Amino acid sequence: MLNRRLFSALAAVALLSFGSVAAIAQDRSIVVASTTSTQDSGLFDYLLPIFKAKTGIDVKVIAQGTGQALDMARRGDADLVFVHAKEQELKFLEEGFGVKRFDVMYNDFVLIGPKRDPAGVKGTTDITAAFDTIRIKKAPFVSRGDKSGTNSAELKLWKESGVDIDMAKGAWYRDIGQGMGAALNTAGAMNAYVLSDRGTWLSFKNRGDLEIVVEGDKRLFNQYGVMLVNPEKFPTVKADLGQSFIDYLVSAEGQKAIANYQIDGQQLFFPNASRDPS
Amino acid sequence: MPDSLDAWQLIITGDAALYTIVRLSLAVSLSAVAIAVVVGLPLGAMLALTRFRGRTALIVLLNCFMGLPPVVVGLTVFLLLSRSGPLGVLGILFTPLAMIIAQALLVVPIIAALTRQTVEDLWREYRDELTALNVGPAGRMATLLWDSRFSLITALLAGFGRAAAEVGTVMIVGGNIDGFTRTMTTAIALETSKGNLPLAMGLGLLLIALILVINGAAWAVRAWSEEKAG
Repeated sequence: MLNRRLFSALAAVALLSFGSVAAIAQDRSIVVASTTSTQDSGLFDYLLPIFKAKTGIDVKVIAQGTGQALDMARRGDADLVFVHAKEQELKFLEEGFGVKRFDVMYNDFVLIGPKRDPAGVKGTTDITAAFDTIRIKKAPFVSRGDKSGTNSAELKLWKESGVDIDMAKGAWYRDIGQGMGAALNTAGAMNAYVLSDRGTWLSFKNRGDLEIVVEGDKRLFNQYGVMLVNPEKFPTVKADLGQSFIDYLVSAEGQKAIANYQIDGQQLFFPNASRDPS
Repeated sequence: MPDSLDAWQLIITGDAALYTIVRLSLAVSLSAVAIAVVVGLPLGAMLALTRFRGRTALIVLLNCFMGLPPVVVGLTVFLLLSRSGPLGVLGILFTPLAMIIAQALLVVPIIAALTRQTVEDLWREYRDELTALNVGPAGRMATLLWDSRFSLITALLAGFGRAAAEVGTVMIVGGNIDGFTRTMTTAIALETSKGNLPLAMGLGLLLIALILVINGAAWAVRAWSEEKAG
């Protein structure tokens, strides 16, 4: 029967693709749960080929918000987390999901807004005053709303501004539940303010009428940390390969590579690793 | 993928990253359709030719599943394949295999439901003849599937279109890993989020062009084989 032959041909195709997939799965590779900012800023595109050339290890990055990335590791679906919300990270360690946490690098958050600056906050270096003014003037503000590191930082800044955001939010406060790039696209389309990490902003291509309106406040500090997922909780964690990536990130060589990453002559991340876990 | 280039430059210069993405998209979606054919054609034909309790309910359910939300299928497969899930020991989450499984789940109902309708319509025409010739159930299924093969190509194309165009499941179960599980649709979503709208749009047009080529090829095969079959 001709259609039998067709079936067996299709079955062969299916089996072949299974086979090639299984072959790929046995490579020397680790899965890193990381954040949209490290991916969207292009840091991994720059750093991972260098690491691969040195060690032969493939690093597979799943880029999500910090909250999601930690949850992914809590299910045992990652070997490493590389994120930026220290309180959430320490909680993750306390719960026993992580082994040790190492500082890797920092950059800072910036408040982005429309050039015509409807809330009139441009030029101040007091981020909490700027937040309070935006709230009083009900100027459009886009929130990530996705439990990411940037979202956590934003919520913390509202608190430090003396604003109970759950009470104060209205039509002006737009919680979009999406990544950094999507939040910037939305802010651009709605002439809204938005808190962004500097790396994503520098590499973002669709700026339209947006610019940095507030920067330089020390409360805008943004620390990145890396942790190995606890192999005692999940025996499938590739502890050795994962540890080599951590060792590389905090080594003098890895730190120098991070410092060398630039866009248009601007450095995006500032290495500050110490060999001691926090 | 370099951001500074637009999609057409990437195509013309034969950018390796772009070809990896295109190859993976086609491999995943075609494998999903292949699995769906192996499962869906016999299932559809069986539903068309047999009568049993609950058959009507099963048909309604199958038709309804043609509209399964990809994001729900993605989430379900994700929870099953997660290390903490029942199939976690397989370790296939965030691999192309997981994406094939998820897309196959989306495509099986489409192919099975359309096959069921096609075969059932043809059965009305063939019933007397096949009954008179005393053809058994397996023979009936094979004959009817074979004789409706030209109509079934449309079912396959509908299934392929669904698989190639969706982003929800492959994003969740594949993880959009650069060079490993990044497909056309997840690359478009990523470039959009990077604000790289011209590249995102260019990739979108390329995807549409690929689907057009495949549909054109299917049409040509059909026309050619219809002519041969007389």
